[in-house]
Amino acid sequence: MDLAQNILEIIENDPKIDISEIAALTGSSDEEIRDCVCQLEGDGTIRKYKTIIDWDKVDNGFVYAIIEIKVSLERETGYNVVADRISKFPEVRSVRLISGDHDISLTIRGKSMKQVAFFVAEKIATLPQVQSTATHFVLKTYKEDGVILHETEHTERLPIVA
Amino acid sequence: MKQSTQSVSRLLHKRRMRISDTVQSVPPSGIRRFFDLANELEDVISLGVGEPDFVTPWHIRESCIHALEQGHTSYTSNQGLPELREEIADTFRRDHSLHYDPNEEILITTGVSEGIDLAMRAILNRGDEVIVPEPCYVSYVPTVIFAGGVPVTVATGIENDFKVTAERIEDAVTEKTRAIMINYPNNPTGATMGKKDLEEIADVAIEHDLIVISDEIYDKLTYDGKHTCFSSLNGMIANTVVFNGFSKSHAMTGLRVGYALGSSDLIGAMTKIHQYTMLCAPITSQMAAIDALRNGRVEMERMVREYDRRRHLIISGFNKIGLDCFWGKGAFYAFPSIAGTGMTADEFAERLMLEKQVAVVPGNVFGDAGTGFLRCSYAASRDDIKEALARIGEFVESIAGIA
Ligand SMILES: Cc1ncc(COP(=O)(O)O)c(C=O)c1O
Repeated sequence: MDLAQNILEIIENDPKIDISEIAALTGSSDEEIRDCVCQLEGDGTIRKYKTIIDWDKVDNGFVYAIIEIKVSLERETGYNVVADRISKFPEVRSVRLISGDHDISLTIRGKSMKQVAFFVAEKIATLPQVQSTATHFVLKTYKEDGVILHETEHTERLPIVA
Repeated sequence: MKQSTQSVSRLLHKRRMRISDTVQSVPPSGIRRFFDLANELEDVISLGVGEPDFVTPWHIRESCIHALEQGHTSYTSNQGLPELREEIADTFRRDHSLHYDPNEEILITTGVSEGIDLAMRAILNRGDEVIVPEPCYVSYVPTVIFAGGVPVTVATGIENDFKVTAERIEDAVTEKTRAIMINYPNNPTGATMGKKDLEEIADVAIEHDLIVISDEIYDKLTYDGKHTCFSSLNGMIANTVVFNGFSKSHAMTGLRVGYALGSSDLIGAMTKIHQYTMLCAPITSQMAAIDALRNGRVEMERMVREYDRRRHLIISGFNKIGLDCFWGKGAFYAFPSIAGTGMTADEFAERLMLEKQVAVVPGNVFGDAGTGFLRCSYAASRDDIKEALARIGEFVESIAGIA
């Protein structure tokens, strides 16, 4: 397997892993790994090292909502202009252009439902290109970024079998 | 109370006499003792397991559930579901340019285990010999004996990266030799054999008109180079029975499904035994196997990439500790030598279990040629492998201190 791809797969699942362990797992030297990671960080392939947190486990955690937006496009402004503008708000966690009834889908994070609702009403719905919004509050997250948050699976193997 | 103990032992005594000479002649698996030992201890890290630590990929489990919901709970044809046989034929056409007729040359079995038993019973007359390279999977020798055959073991060794050589086989051939049993990628050593290596074995088989029983259950777990299917070698398609399955490649050990490929006379004879003794492989598992072949590539490759990382981790780990370990290129076993410690593999494994709670299997369990080695499975999580290596390192240091 290509070394860069191998490294990406390893750190996507475990960003805290150290260089020497990646070296052991791939049969490479520490230097090779350091160089490769440097390059991947430098060219923007690796954007950021992130943690997945189950905020439901934290008192005073966050409220999430998915907002779908219909946009009216003017001749000189495409989707990118609206999306860029929306992306600047720190409350907005993700922005995606989507197919179907709506044009853009957002994930918003706030401290309370009220705060999120006001944010959408004041900051998003009032943008000149935004025709309409539909807000869906997230009640429970079962899986986030490939990680199941409420794992129920439990299997046991016998310690020694042929 | 006393009464009942007495009667139980009398019963046991009687029963021992009732067991056939053949079955009595086979000793219980050497793994058993370690299994009992491991069960008594807590916090055991196991590198003793010969099955994937991954759970069967969800899409495959889901297809089992779907099959049950749809009410597919009956027998299938003796040979197995036609769709599955066709899917297997397609796979071999695509991957190895091999043409097997799904109607006559493919048999679905209850795991490779059953398939090998069928093959031995189908081809052996009492006293016929089968050449079995060692160290090897624990079931080969007993399977030959149960079928009335005589296993003739030949040693493979570290000097040759545990590849079996044509000379060794040639030396073991007699008038009575009927078949050669081979298994690459290999359990317990992780050894593989390239096309050139295998061709030499094929030459011997052709010269002496021997059937090759090729257990290729680990073929997908080949990390370096490309696996060669034995029957793809010149002149071998009619004289090879190839075994493969889903236990290792798709983490489906408990589903019990595998298959045998061979010429119609051999597969026909095996099917005859299978139809009377097994009827068919479980239908749920056969349906799961169809899904595994149709949709399982991505998940399988993900698991294989992870095994390869662990392979690097564990083999380099053993070499760092000072237990020389050769770079096996397949399966999921590391086979380090403990010759330098002055202990036997049995002693080493037993003390390691008692003192450090790490379960490994002594190499001699897989035949005399495994003496002085340990089989360590890397079908275990990276964390377990790291912890096991740390404990084994401490153990090796502690015994070096004494010596
Ligand atoms: C070499 C070899 N062949 C066959 C088997 C058993 O395969 P199955 O689960 O298909 O019966 C094993 C399992 O450990 C094995 O290592």
